[in-house]
Amino acid sequence: MSTTTTSTAVATTAPAAAIPKANFDWRPLALLAALMAMGLPAIGSPSTWLTLTVAGLAMGMIIFVIASGLTLVFGLMDVLNFGHGVFIAVGAFMATTVMGGMAGWAGESPGLQLLSVAAAMAVAMAVAGALGWAFERVIVRPVYGLHLKQILITMGGMIVGEELIKVIWGPLQIALPLPSALRGSWLLGDASIEKYRVLATLIGGGVLAALLYTLNRTKVGLLIRAGVQDREMVESLGYRIKRLFVGVFVAGSALAGLGGVMWGLYQQNVTPQIGAQVNTLTFIVIIIGGLGSTLGCFVGALLVGLMANYTGFLAPKVALFSNIGLMVAVLLWRPQGLYPVTNR
Amino acid sequence: MLNRLLSHDLPRSRWLSAALLLILIGLAVAPFAFPGSKALGVAAKVLVFILLVASYDLLLGYTGIVSFAHTMFFGIGAYGVAIASTRLGAGWGAVAVGTAGALVLSLALSLVIGLFSLRVKAIFYAMITLAVASAFQTLASQLSDFTGGEDGLSFKNPALFSPSFEPFENPVLGVAVDGKLFTYYGLFVVVLLLFGLLLRIVNSPFGRVLQAIRENDFRAEAIGFRTVVYRTLSNVLSALFATIAGVLLALWLRYTGPDTTLSFEIMLDILLIVVIGGMGTMYGAVVGALLFVLAQNYLQDLLKLGATALEGVPVLSALVSPDRWLLWLGVLFVLSVYHFPTGVVGRLRALALQLPASATTKKPGH
Repeated sequence: MSTTTTSTAVATTAPAAAIPKANFDWRPLALLAALMAMGLPAIGSPSTWLTLTVAGLAMGMIIFVIASGLTLVFGLMDVLNFGHGVFIAVGAFMATTVMGGMAGWAGESPGLQLLSVAAAMAVAMAVAGALGWAFERVIVRPVYGLHLKQILITMGGMIVGEELIKVIWGPLQIALPLPSALRGSWLLGDASIEKYRVLATLIGGGVLAALLYTLNRTKVGLLIRAGVQDREMVESLGYRIKRLFVGVFVAGSALAGLGGVMWGLYQQNVTPQIGAQVNTLTFIVIIIGGLGSTLGCFVGALLVGLMANYTGFLAPKVALFSNIGLMVAVLLWRPQGLYPVTNR
Repeated sequence: MLNRLLSHDLPRSRWLSAALLLILIGLAVAPFAFPGSKALGVAAKVLVFILLVASYDLLLGYTGIVSFAHTMFFGIGAYGVAIASTRLGAGWGAVAVGTAGALVLSLALSLVIGLFSLRVKAIFYAMITLAVASAFQTLASQLSDFTGGEDGLSFKNPALFSPSFEPFENPVLGVAVDGKLFTYYGLFVVVLLLFGLLLRIVNSPFGRVLQAIRENDFRAEAIGFRTVVYRTLSNVLSALFATIAGVLLALWLRYTGPDTTLSFEIMLDILLIVVIGGMGTMYGAVVGALLFVLAQNYLQDLLKLGATALEGVPVLSALVSPDRWLLWLGVLFVLSVYHFPTGVVGRLRALALQLPASATTKKPGH
């Protein structure tokens, strides 16, 4: 009894300043800035550089939206979902249905067109989230803690999901044209900046802000971060981490659905294989960022996006391997990724 | 004698032994028993997949490593022969050069990937190999001067294996003997030998260490085995066997392209076969490969029957359309990971263990 009182007394009387302030690791961000700075002399013309940088940021933001859920799920519950691609594909296909259905109604009015894009995103998030809930229930829940089975079973879920998508939407590529309001570009000096890329960057920034706010400023976020650090401790404090995890899984799936809509609009077409294609990219991103780290995922996604666009302009043949090269370079520098998560 | 040939790893189930014997005989007499080019193609594909899947099982089933780069090594073998044969002209020299070059490349690549990423968790390795394999696939389709790009490469086989080689005037046992037949038996012999070698490997002390690592890598390391070394060796061996499987496929098809060797679908096929056949049992590769290739080629016909029967029913008819055969195999895959993690072979062996026990304790006929 006495020990408990003393310990609580120490805890209450200890000054808050005694907690050392965590040092923010700025070096990965510096790497991002350095990559942008190096791009400028390599490309030569500032206007081309600006165009490419905006394109790279937009691509990176979309990948971040997709990958953020995956990395959180892994960080919190040690589950790597190889079936994440299904949610991306479902999001993209829902967008073709919703936007195709609303095309006549929206007509040429820019406001209504934007509304149809927003509706597509909302529906895609809802459907992908619901699917994520079912996926967690049926596919993932029985195999917690068994890595080998997890990989196999989520891969199986991916196969079945892709085939079901083919049953519903057909096996062929579907065009997903941008509404006329989002087509075209703004001219800034000589640089042309596509409208949709700006929108994608804004949405990505919004998602990042919302995620960072939730993770750093709310109680749920506190629990998620604590769960990533030490799951058993959070459980022993009486929080139902399973329930929290289901929430994170559903949110991550919904974000993947949103990312699927954005990716589909970025490519302007959708195939049932879209999920498998983007999956590879998201894996590279979360390996670069450090498995489980949200900020690392963000920096990694931007690095991949910028690198793909710069090398795509400078040396198209090399561009396809820029991601792998980037990953190898980052892992040689930091074997655990840019922002390693402790206990992993 | 038989015991030694099978490296003391007998099927341990009467049904399994019967099935394996049936498959062996079936494959041995396939050209005569099932005439027609489609049937022979199916049989050859079964042979290639037996070797490919058995080599993957060495990695997944025996060592507990999930790799998505297995098709990369398969493709290296196939492209090695194809490139050598187109550049050097048809002949045994070209095949030998291509095979040797492919083996060296596979050895180097698997060694680098293994040493680079097998130090960490299984999940990490799975992701790295996925990325590397997709990069390799892009590389193969981009270097179109060298690999033929998306179109792939068609080439000529050495004279003995080329379809125009017809040594006999008259058909033998009702079958025209040509180079295709010789190729088939070449494949058959190589697969049989290499399968025996794989059985030897997994039942050697080395194989036991691999299984120890699969069960508990921490403990294996504590006993004094360098797990990184063993994992890397297993990775290299499995890559080399996959390369040879690729060589065989190229010789059979006289064509190599990204779709037949490198595509991700083939990787999924391998996974499905290993899991359905039975992880950690070499015989699972045989049973699984046969079931899968038969399903791939004939399940569609069966589904076509179902689709015509259900025509008009909106959702159901789409679900059983012949193009959706992979859906049903995927469902089977998920179910078998949950309920039969040891696959068909493990199931049969468990039954064989139960039967004598239940015969003594329960009334006969139960």
